[in-house]
Amino acid sequence: METINITLKVWRQKNAGEKGKFQVIAANDVETHMSFLEMLDVVNERLIIADQQPIEFDNDCREGICGMCGAMVNGIPHGPEKGMTLCQLHMRKFSDGDTVVVEPFRSRAFKVVKDLIVDRGSFDKIIQAGGFVSVNTGGAPEANVIPIAQEQSEKAMDAAACIGCGACVAACPNASAMLFVSAKIAQLKWLPQGEPEAAARAIAMVKEMDAQGFGNCSNEKECEAVCPKEISIVNIAILNREYLKAGFFSNDI
Amino acid sequence: MFPDAKIPEGPLKDKWDNHRFQLKMVNPANKRKYTVIVVGTGLAGSSASASLGELGYNVKTFCIQDSPRRAHSIAAQGGINAAKNYQNDGDSVWRLFYDTIKGGDFRSREANIYRLAQLSVNIIDQCVAQGVPFARDYGGMLANRSFGGAQVSRTFYARGQTGQQLLLGAYSALSRQIKAGRVEMFPRHEMMDVVLVDGKAKGIITRNLITGELEKHAADAVILASGGYANVYCLSTNALSCNVGAAFKAYQKGALFANPSFAQIHPTCIPHTGDYQSKLTLMSESLRNDGRVWVPKRKSDKRPPNDIPESERDYYLETKYPAFGNLVPRDVASRNAKEQCDAGKGVGPTGYAVYLDFKDAIQRDGVDVIRKKYGNLFDMYHNIVDADPYKSPMMIYPAAHYTMGGLWVDYNLMSSIEGLFVLGEANFSDHGANRLGASALMQGLADGYFIIPSTMGGYLAQTSPLTKSDVDHPAFDESITSIDEKIKRLLSINGTRSTHSIHKELGSIMVDEVGMERDQEGLETAIEKIRALKKSFWKEVKIPGLATGYNLNLQQGERLSDFLEFAEVMATDALERTESCGCSLRSEFQTDEGEAQRDDENFSCVFAWEYNGPKKPPVLKQERLKFENVELTQRCYK
Repeated sequence: METINITLKVWRQKNAGEKGKFQVIAANDVETHMSFLEMLDVVNERLIIADQQPIEFDNDCREGICGMCGAMVNGIPHGPEKGMTLCQLHMRKFSDGDTVVVEPFRSRAFKVVKDLIVDRGSFDKIIQAGGFVSVNTGGAPEANVIPIAQEQSEKAMDAAACIGCGACVAACPNASAMLFVSAKIAQLKWLPQGEPEAAARAIAMVKEMDAQGFGNCSNEKECEAVCPKEISIVNIAILNREYLKAGFFSNDI
Repeated sequence: MFPDAKIPEGPLKDKWDNHRFQLKMVNPANKRKYTVIVVGTGLAGSSASASLGELGYNVKTFCIQDSPRRAHSIAAQGGINAAKNYQNDGDSVWRLFYDTIKGGDFRSREANIYRLAQLSVNIIDQCVAQGVPFARDYGGMLANRSFGGAQVSRTFYARGQTGQQLLLGAYSALSRQIKAGRVEMFPRHEMMDVVLVDGKAKGIITRNLITGELEKHAADAVILASGGYANVYCLSTNALSCNVGAAFKAYQKGALFANPSFAQIHPTCIPHTGDYQSKLTLMSESLRNDGRVWVPKRKSDKRPPNDIPESERDYYLETKYPAFGNLVPRDVASRNAKEQCDAGKGVGPTGYAVYLDFKDAIQRDGVDVIRKKYGNLFDMYHNIVDADPYKSPMMIYPAAHYTMGGLWVDYNLMSSIEGLFVLGEANFSDHGANRLGASALMQGLADGYFIIPSTMGGYLAQTSPLTKSDVDHPAFDESITSIDEKIKRLLSINGTRSTHSIHKELGSIMVDEVGMERDQEGLETAIEKIRALKKSFWKEVKIPGLATGYNLNLQQGERLSDFLEFAEVMATDALERTESCGCSLRSEFQTDEGEAQRDDENFSCVFAWEYNGPKKPPVLKQERLKFENVELTQRCYK
């Protein structure tokens, strides 16, 4: 089994209230078949046994779907590989002697909880503002009553693949959440079930996004480049259209 | 006396309708006087929270993740079963019912499963209405695929992300209720105890994972939807935070724990490679629709797979089970893989893997069709293993995946503690000794969307709403004191071993002795080893940091302490069940052909264990299963 030695420069911060700083930690004998998070596990095991505080980081499913993990690796959310969450990044992508800088996702709307952990509750707030179809349990018609063209349904699925990890915000110079918001807007736009509330949804979600302190979109396209699920910025165009349409035709404002 | 399972009288087909009619109801205006706590936000917890909120109850929902959208249901790949018969291939509610009860090797209740099959069709309707983007045919109608243990195509799917899409659907419904003020959401909160007042569940104690504070929450009823305990094996397909804690604490308060040893070992996972490994990644069972499982005919054949000619390959599932072939149920597929590897025919660096080969499917359908069906899974495999499954076969091996066992519940999904309900994987109710693929999502959503909204009303209608004295009851403070002591004790040990190293040791005991195949000697050894490990945990574990502030190691250590207690209950259950059934294969009880040999006369029952204090072994109670509508047969997939 091939192993490498790397140097980690990791952000350490006790809690939201205190200032953080980088700590340099040598990570030796790292097996290249490990995932990035498994490497951090091994580093933490060594820290614990040496009476030091382990590096706290969010993670859960470790198969790239729950959206819980994520950190900046050498300045890139989820690290250098395209279309991949941090838990799926493997150490074979690094070389012996590398220095790897690891920081939390940074944004005004994502407060640091500890070390690499941030609070992404603002995303939940945006969904609560309108990222749903208002249908109570039990009120649904027979599923095949409304045919949906395969192409349309596939586009909805492309957008629905968003895992809410926050990489798009971390990559954006304005810390905008437009890609996240647009993915939900587009998913429901492509489906007839989302149609009745389309205008109200667009207005409410954008308003909440602003209220949570996310910035504006200035077409930097960084979000699309780092999205682990490769959500397209075409969705942002859809969001802008839906939002404009809502402004012109809605009675809600 | 064994608690009444409350299975309604009357013909199977009418039981649920009759029962719903007979249940007492809470007047719409009175619903807001009741508070319900929901622990967990997977499919069962989210759908229950949303549906109860819609009805007008006050709901308080808790999850350990940073957002309710991240619960482990999200990782389910393959699909969800429903008896829609859209494919006109002879499916029906009855067939789904029969397949499920047979798949579970006749160790579950007829009435529960029939209800599940009935509700399956409503689930699909509900999810489509929420905007779940299920796969569709060219005409715009919903598409289906087939799954293990069934000969019809009844599985609905959203690429390889069905669980994610269903969970996001339930999460959106939950979010809507949070916005409406019907549900109060507490992310990063872990349930540390369930509080009983006069024998009834009246609240929980939670730990705020960010601050470390212990908090009291009172309610008129408590729902546990806290998932399964496959992480007792340490390496499993479960997310790392999945744990038995909430269920185990309810068990310690008197809730019966049913069939704890019924754990499913999933046949198609990426094999174990190194010591550092944190996770065994599942490759969806849907791959068995097109992939062919084989091993070399010759032992220790180290040639690369593409160099092994057809005549020297053993497609053992197709030969042994011609009717179901590669689509035999999970327990059968897993056991056969182990058998081939134990016989020295396993492949890969450890010899504990078999091939799952798509060569023929790619030749037949073209690479584009295969990519469309399984692209994301192939990419995932490629990334983790660093080998391209379009070019050479995948290597797979079974891994702990799902636990059919769980807290005992009656037909209303209420545990043996009054007012404590258990939904989803956390209960034991529907899958018997083996769960069929694409049935977990169905059960979680049936429980949350359709069953609990009715049965909760039936319970609350007979309960007067909380009073101030309930909230201030000393039981809450007593509970906080004991949790506080436990946390202090954990932090004070300051030994030499990390929680992870002890968890790994527990996992290897469980995999070896309480895994795919068990025997009396092994189980007795396992119990001894678990007891010894538990002792060394309380002497040697080293948990860094403080009780205040975020401390993942403390969370993990506390969860591990429950796993260590629970592992013994699991092994005891496996030891006492001197028969084989479904996933629970006792090597002493096999047919001549190596299939599970049931003993219906003695073991056609649910084993329900009652906590008997920290020093004494649990007490076994049994619920006899009655089969009035199906004939018990030896499962045969040949």
